[in-house]
Amino acid sequence: MTLFDHALDAQALIGSRAREAPARAAARPPRLAPGKLPPGAILFGPLALVAIWELASAVGWLSPRFLAAPSTAIVTGYELLVGGTLADHFLASAFRAYLGLGIGVALGLALALAAGLSRIGEASIDGLVQIKRAIPTLALIPLAILWLGIGEAMKIALIATSVLVPVYINTHAALRGIDIRHVELARSVGLSRADFLREVALPGALPGFFTGLRLAVTTCWTALVVLEQINTSEGIGYLMNRARDYGQTDIIVVGLAIYAILGLASDFAVRSWERRTLSYRKALAS
Amino acid sequence: MTAAIHPFRQSTGADAAVRLRGVSRRFSGRTVLGEVSLDFAPGEFVALIGKSGSGKSTLLRALAGLDDGVEGEGTIEVPADRSVLFQDSRLLPWKTVLQNAVFGLRLPDADRRGRAALADVGLSGREDAWPNALSGGEQQRVALARSLVRQPRLLLADEPFGALDALTRIRMHELVFRLIGQHGPMVLLVTHDVDEAIKLADRVLVMEDGRIVLDRQVGLPHPRPRDGRVDALRADLLAALGVVDAV
Ligand SMILES: Nc1ncnc2c1ncn2[C@@H]1O[C@H](COP(=O)(O)OP(=O)(O)OP(=O)(O)O)[C@@H](O)[C@H]1O
Ligand SMILES: [Mg+2]
Repeated sequence: MTLFDHALDAQALIGSRAREAPARAAARPPRLAPGKLPPGAILFGPLALVAIWELASAVGWLSPRFLAAPSTAIVTGYELLVGGTLADHFLASAFRAYLGLGIGVALGLALALAAGLSRIGEASIDGLVQIKRAIPTLALIPLAILWLGIGEAMKIALIATSVLVPVYINTHAALRGIDIRHVELARSVGLSRADFLREVALPGALPGFFTGLRLAVTTCWTALVVLEQINTSEGIGYLMNRARDYGQTDIIVVGLAIYAILGLASDFAVRSWERRTLSYRKALAS
Repeated sequence: MTAAIHPFRQSTGADAAVRLRGVSRRFSGRTVLGEVSLDFAPGEFVALIGKSGSGKSTLLRALAGLDDGVEGEGTIEVPADRSVLFQDSRLLPWKTVLQNAVFGLRLPDADRRGRAALADVGLSGREDAWPNALSGGEQQRVALARSLVRQPRLLLADEPFGALDALTRIRMHELVFRLIGQHGPMVLLVTHDVDEAIKLADRVLVMEDGRIVLDRQVGLPHPRPRDGRVDALRADLLAALGVVDAV
């Protein structure tokens, strides 16, 4: 057999494969979307990262002055917890975040209802909130410090104002986007305005409110992290700032982990509340 | 355009009537309904057919009192107890089947009536289901229960079977016919289906360009006899619709 023959053979092979391929494709349609992950599989990425990180620290590639090993951070976290200071700092941060969140959500919801359900409300509120939306919360820090000082009031007020925006925007949009066919139905059964609000407008706007709430939770943590860098003597941010001064990367890692856990837990709580409240939607998927 | 509130009288009681005098409606100056005058006999089942865009829904919405703000003239008198059956079921997804069936019903025994109405449409046992879990035909049956639970004197139905498959539609015809027979309201059924009109209605109106161009009593017993009288009526209606029945 000459080289030339081999080349011919190879060509024939390619040809026959090419001819086979469509037949196989027809027998079994290709999988276009990736399949569903088994439960817990989403943890693979984070766990792999922690493993590599631990390994890199163990063999000395990562100096503790640069980044502490996860195992060191766990031990440090445990010691801080037992020593009693961590719980206090954690509670101080959580208190700030949730009080700001609560006030902001309540305000955002109230403003959205006022603007979404009345023309006077719309005229007087909507423009203001849109302007507030254009100004980043961080830009308000100087004024807030002048007005409220550098204490807790300033921090909670700023968290509340940043949280207010996503709640307002999404709830208001949902109230405005109410299904005109539902309005017609309500008129045809002779519903009063109060009943219409209670039975149609508000439940119809609930999905929008939840979208806003989930964004609000994220916003709340972002604002908290930034604000805890300013004059605090308590809180996870204070803990991390002090650790920076002493080069204690293990405490910084503990702080980051706590922020992550608080953020994830809040998001999880909002999601499960949403799932329970909007359970009527489930039937759509099944 | 002025935000017109049309002369609209709602009468109560057993002799509540449907009476239209010179009813016209315009959209941006274009006449969609021209001087319609119409009376319904008590308990009469009237079908309204006509080409797409001829003004059927506009007339129905005028009777329902859902057309505030539309330009127009004429007086309308309808029973205060009336209900509307839309082409889509318009169930509120956040209310259960039972809550949807009694939506807007302010009576102490609303719950009992709702369950009875759902049983009438063959949906007992589904009271606590969410509308999203129901098939299209089942959703439309909930809508039917909702419109009959308040025992209206006038039922206004705008192509209520349009979105259903042929088999479900036949079942709905039987159901509606039986339930209407029990309650005895006046009915205005808008449909594009000539056979549906002949099958169900006592009287068929044909609309063209906002005017009623044919007004025919069916005058045949139920179920419709399978003879030339139905064919003749169908041919007349199709002719009025401008369709030549080639088959
Ligand atoms: N809100 C509106 N604004 C402007 N034009 C409208 C409006 N509603 C209806 N029309 C017009 O009025 C005409 C009649 O509409 P209508 O809905 O009464 O027709 P129809 O007979 O019910 O038609 P179909 O069988 O397609 O439902 C149409 O030309 C339509 O475009
Ligand atoms: Mg129509």
